[in-house]
Amino acid sequence: MSSNCSGAPRFDVAVIGGGVVGCAIARTLSHYRLDACLIEAQADVGMGTSKANTAIFHTGFDAAPESLEATLLRKSYPLLRKYCDATGIAYQINGALMIAWNQEQLDRLPEIEDNAQRNGVDRIERQSAEEVYAREPNIGPGALGGLLIREEGILCPFSPVLAFASEAKSNGVRFYLDAPVRTIRREPDTYRIESGGQEISTTWIVNAAGLFSDEIDRLLGQNRFRITPRKGELIVYDKFASSLLHHTLLPIPSAKTKGVLVCPTVYGNVLLGPTAEDIDDKMDTETSVTGLESLFEKGKAILPGLMSEEITSTYAGIRAATNEKDYQIHIDGGDHYACVGGIRSTGLSASMGIAEYVVEKMACSGLNLRKKSEIEPIKVPPLGENQLRPYRNNDLIRLNADYGRIVCHCEKVTRGELIDTFLTELPPPNLDGLRRRTRCLQGRCQGFYCQAEVVALLRGQD
Amino acid sequence: MKRPSACDVLVVGAGPAGLAAATALRKQGVDHVHLIDRECESGGIPRHCFHTGFGLFDLRRVLSGPSYASAHTKRALDAGSTIETECTAIDWNLENLSHTVTVTSPEGVREIAARAVLLATGCRERPRTARRIPGTRPTGVYTTGSLQQLVHVHHQKPGTLAAVVGAEHVSYSAILTLLESGVSVAAMVTEFPRSQTYGPAHWWIAGRNRIPLLTNSTVKRVIGKDRVSGIEVHNHVGERTVECDTIVFTGDWIPDHEFCRTANVQLNLHTKGPDVDQALRTLTPGIFACGNLLRGAETADVASLEGTHAARSIADYLSDQKLWPAEDQYTHVEVRDPVQWISPCRVTIDGQAPARARFTFRVSSVLPPGNVVVLQSNRTLYKRSFRSLIPNRWYTLAWGRWASLVRPDEPLTVEFQAF
Repeated sequence: MSSNCSGAPRFDVAVIGGGVVGCAIARTLSHYRLDACLIEAQADVGMGTSKANTAIFHTGFDAAPESLEATLLRKSYPLLRKYCDATGIAYQINGALMIAWNQEQLDRLPEIEDNAQRNGVDRIERQSAEEVYAREPNIGPGALGGLLIREEGILCPFSPVLAFASEAKSNGVRFYLDAPVRTIRREPDTYRIESGGQEISTTWIVNAAGLFSDEIDRLLGQNRFRITPRKGELIVYDKFASSLLHHTLLPIPSAKTKGVLVCPTVYGNVLLGPTAEDIDDKMDTETSVTGLESLFEKGKAILPGLMSEEITSTYAGIRAATNEKDYQIHIDGGDHYACVGGIRSTGLSASMGIAEYVVEKMACSGLNLRKKSEIEPIKVPPLGENQLRPYRNNDLIRLNADYGRIVCHCEKVTRGELIDTFLTELPPPNLDGLRRRTRCLQGRCQGFYCQAEVVALLRGQD
Repeated sequence: MKRPSACDVLVVGAGPAGLAAATALRKQGVDHVHLIDRECESGGIPRHCFHTGFGLFDLRRVLSGPSYASAHTKRALDAGSTIETECTAIDWNLENLSHTVTVTSPEGVREIAARAVLLATGCRERPRTARRIPGTRPTGVYTTGSLQQLVHVHHQKPGTLAAVVGAEHVSYSAILTLLESGVSVAAMVTEFPRSQTYGPAHWWIAGRNRIPLLTNSTVKRVIGKDRVSGIEVHNHVGERTVECDTIVFTGDWIPDHEFCRTANVQLNLHTKGPDVDQALRTLTPGIFACGNLLRGAETADVASLEGTHAARSIADYLSDQKLWPAEDQYTHVEVRDPVQWISPCRVTIDGQAPARARFTFRVSSVLPPGNVVVLQSNRTLYKRSFRSLIPNRWYTLAWGRWASLVRPDEPLTVEFQAF
């Protein structure tokens, strides 16, 4: 980073938006010799669509063939799997079972199978009703058949954003948090961004502002698409429900939505949702009586046993849907502007593919890319049920007894892990940030036992 | 503190029930009784309840929660049992009637072998999410448990104006905590047509402080962006908004049965606690259960008396290695709505009396005068009349001669019959 005469910091690239897409792009940029920054309106990364989604590891089997979404999902899948293995992000390739509950749905299966093959997803198998029940004996009556998509998976939705952001930061990307973009002024070869009370100069702008990407696009004089926020309510069931299923249970998608699914989570819970409701307010993450009731009704038909399990939490997320069908990625090389908007439900899975694609395109438009010789690797704490968590790790506890001191009993989060988070590249700015980084308070008691102690720990860090 | 790898009886949970059981086990000559508790201190929930009224039935004195908790800890230690805090049971292994429990603690992960295991893991209040209440997710939402810890242990003020959801005994204890910490109470909300505590207690805590009680009302929505700004309450007339910056969800107890499920100990559908007979034996040989784990919160002294009762059964089991009751030696006790649950929920034929020689039960709605009857194959074995029955209150059926008429071949049914 350098400064110009007015003292404003100057960058080669400014990424606007610290969601999973913006952080993935910042990470890719951090591997090159250039000055980059990331500007985020909220106090933490991953606060919009990235913090409330279904946490599915998509193959893209059902995306529209030849769309950018299908291409980038396919490109991203192996990259993200490799990255998860290298960093320790929890994921499982549990396979998805798309179930047909009536003749009309059954008739659509060949078309979906064909679609998957056109997208290059070939480990896909037709299942008879008997095979469906053999795989998932606890599902409700009436399944006529299905499709098994073996490569579909689930992953921790929070860790990728944090890993991308931490890696970007430790490799030199400057982070401006709590810095909503107010105005953008265009000067020859330079943008001046007024954000969070200060001015930032940059040659390139990457618009990865998610729900607000249409507004940033307009600030830059374009008007290519409009975000039509779509709310999805979700229910998380207690871990004991996880014995009810193995695969991600998908419905046959409709034109509007992928429908309500039931899937295990990497933490060992069961997720039911999402609803799909077009709304006006981009910040309206309220759950509703009608939304939850409709989920109970659908969940009861798919997996009746779920209804007698305890609910751990309910939440709503907002997908950055647009009036267009595909991702809205436009690289205006002459203007040094990359618009990466309208990344709908599949952004988490496609993030690494999107980042590579966008940065390559920027290079084609003149961004000078020289690879750094050394890149700081990143490790994330193991949060998955199938990973060795610190409370079970004798070597770790011998090293530091705090890993044997459980603070959050429901999620078995230890004092050692909580303290570690405060020492990371991106320490949690608040209780919500701490929850997403460690899973504390995310369990069945929702803080009955540990809330007061966790809050005290957080205060102690101020 | 010694961290043993074997003991005669391993007690999981050092609250009033577990501590009283350990004390009694030692007094009955059981050699090595080891208690583990996941918290930093033994004593359980009463540690955070600073009001008085603890110990009436078991210690025959009236103490504050913290004093009561330490009195039980002292008795257990004086009796010669060992207590290991910051120790969580995570896995379970049963082989040839010998139990191995894997625990984690600051010393690392290790196994503890035990001849018998007593589960006394208590209960918790259902949080807002488990009650399926929609709305936003702002700060300022508590349960009585998290509120009491915040106020009494961490000395924080939770807010300025609170709504209390629930009108059972514990709801009033939440109000006391709020008032003591300088928080006003805007309203209490209950789905039932009346308060479920005793009249004088309601008047002393709510009436005297002019706290309105919204009856027949349910919370339909939590409002507020970052901080709570109110709740939406519905009743038969319509809806209204109660403005507040703090919400306390009280009562609605659920047994902390997660370790039971880990160990595959059979649960009862109604109590959601382990399925136990009158000797507090679960359906897994060598595993006993007591206290609020059985069915949610009763007062601490009731839980502790159950601990003492379990100790007697365990001592018997260890001394003659009595066989566990076989399937043809017991029958289940079923309940019909509006009877919500009964505890114990299984009767072993020719067995001893349950704790305090009573069954306890609760009802799910406010009921007119009537009988609660115990039936087997349409034979009435026992009945007791009640002038009224109120949800969230504790009622009992006496164990008596009728018990000798119970046959193992068919379940007992407990139902309510209005006059």
